[in-house]
Amino acid sequence: MKKKNLLAIGLALVLSLTLILSGCGNGSGSSDSSSSSKEDSSSSEALSGKITIGGSTALQPLAAQVAKEFMEKNPDVQIEVQGGGSGTGLSEVQAGNFDIGMSDVFAESKSNIDAKALKDYQVAVVGMTAAVNPKAGVKNLSKKDLQDVFTGKVKNWKEVGGKDQKITLVNRPDGSGTRATFDQFALDNKTPAEGITQDSTNTVKKIISETPGAIGYMALSYFTANDDSVVKLSIDGVDASEDNVASGKFPVWAYEHMYTKGEPSKLVKAFLDFMMSDAVQTKDVPAQGYLSVKDMKVQRDAEGKQTDK
Amino acid sequence: MKVGSLNDAAPASEGKSKLINEKSFFGRFTDRASESRGKVIIYSSALLMIVAVVAITLFLTIQGLRSFVVDHLNFWTFITGTEWYPDRTKNPTFGAFPFIFGSLAVTFLAALIATPIAIGTAVFMAEIAKKWGTKVMQPVIEILVGIPSVVYGLIGLSIVVPFLRQHFGGTGFNLIAGAFVVGIMILPTVASIAADSLRAVPDSLRQASFAIGGTKWQTIWRVVIPAAGSSLLTAIILGMSRAFGEALAVQMVIGNARDLPKSILDPSATLTTIITLSMGHTTTGSLLNDALWSLGLILLLISYVFIVIIRFLGKRGESR
Repeated sequence: MKKKNLLAIGLALVLSLTLILSGCGNGSGSSDSSSSSKEDSSSSEALSGKITIGGSTALQPLAAQVAKEFMEKNPDVQIEVQGGGSGTGLSEVQAGNFDIGMSDVFAESKSNIDAKALKDYQVAVVGMTAAVNPKAGVKNLSKKDLQDVFTGKVKNWKEVGGKDQKITLVNRPDGSGTRATFDQFALDNKTPAEGITQDSTNTVKKIISETPGAIGYMALSYFTANDDSVVKLSIDGVDASEDNVASGKFPVWAYEHMYTKGEPSKLVKAFLDFMMSDAVQTKDVPAQGYLSVKDMKVQRDAEGKQTDK
Repeated sequence: MKVGSLNDAAPASEGKSKLINEKSFFGRFTDRASESRGKVIIYSSALLMIVAVVAITLFLTIQGLRSFVVDHLNFWTFITGTEWYPDRTKNPTFGAFPFIFGSLAVTFLAALIATPIAIGTAVFMAEIAKKWGTKVMQPVIEILVGIPSVVYGLIGLSIVVPFLRQHFGGTGFNLIAGAFVVGIMILPTVASIAADSLRAVPDSLRQASFAIGGTKWQTIWRVVIPAAGSSLLTAIILGMSRAFGEALAVQMVIGNARDLPKSILDPSATLTTIITLSMGHTTTGSLLNDALWSLGLILLLISYVFIVIIRFLGKRGESR
């Protein structure tokens, strides 16, 4: 009886404690990690602690892969990689809940984010282009024609040299990094007309491949060599190849960012250094369908101005 | 150990003189035979429910009003405007009417598709094949209720959408595809509640109908269904409120276009699909984020209306 009493009290305490802890949530978790990594700076060498990374779902697979390798090298380090979207990544890293916030877009382009307080690490480059249903019968469009297609000025593919097929647009949701990049560099900030909207690239690809006359846009890694379900569109005669993106000839590309709030702790810095190391940049980055920042012969600032490196 | 023994020791020494075995707070709570433990658990569960409802409503209201109070959007143009271009660099507009319309259209069309089939199934289960109905149909319906909405969405994406594309042209992503998928989804919910309400009709009514020479069909059509009337409506509206809140399955097939649909074969969007599509891309406190919260608030208010209607119908049923 007495033991049971004690057990019940204990259980009640544990329950209330978990409730309190889960209430505090992320906040306490990340402060733990920063404090533990501060301890590391005195003891040097072996890294230990916890890193929380979250944000862009486009960058998530690469981050998860690199995190796995980093944890294999440093068994005492625990890295948690979450999705949530670029907006969530930026908001949460600014609030201190994520140690690293992943984003497809520059922090400067988002409202309610103090970009100066965040430190930007450009870890990869993603190229993208329009994907067209094969029945449209186009492989190349001038930039002007592409804009006419997306703004709804042109309704049928035959008007831009394709077959007699109605045009169906497949857009991305507001705020999506892919949409922002495509609108800025392919459409020169013109507002696209309405069409179907989907978030996931796989769904977008499925829709384009199944709907006659559909056009959308996606990252280059989703076009595979022997897959003819969608046509990879050239713009102004420039093939959307990785080489052309790297040399700056093909304009539609964006950085994948990892942001930290101010200077990163030693542990987070070690992870970011690993991210930028040759081992990752020449192996994992291309394997996940990105271009290495080191291969780029041009660079861009937050306003989208392109300069030679 | 110490705590427990102290608690028990006190009443043990004085226990004989006292009629009521008084214990400390923890003692009372952990004693198996105690009334108060059950009371505390049950009262606190009830309280937790109320607190949860109030907290969610308050939170959504505060977040949802931000776009009007902090960002100074006009409430009237927000709910009646038809242009939703929050990302436009110059002159962004927030007109949520197409989404409110889309949500309501999907809900009513889904109810229109689901109701006849659901009532038919209910009549079959409750009136015609009573034994078979409970033995076979009930488990079948329970399985249908348990299928996750993403599965309905996938089936819609790979069967309904191509079917509509081939037979009606266009992309196949449209209002009717969404309504159809959601209609199938709410079918089992409506059917099982409807069957319950038919079963609740007293047998004396049926017997009276048979006594004056009514056939089985006449009894069902003229007596049982009217007698169950308001609870059947409750079943339909419960189904509608589920349809109204569905996001995932609808998002996969409706096309999510922000323009007001001109026909049921046009792609459309609902309040829920716009929230799920855009929320992750927005930063906390930004204009679009606030606007999406406002959409959530509208969603909550309209589903409250559904609840009010259900309560009203329930009351009317009782007073009859």
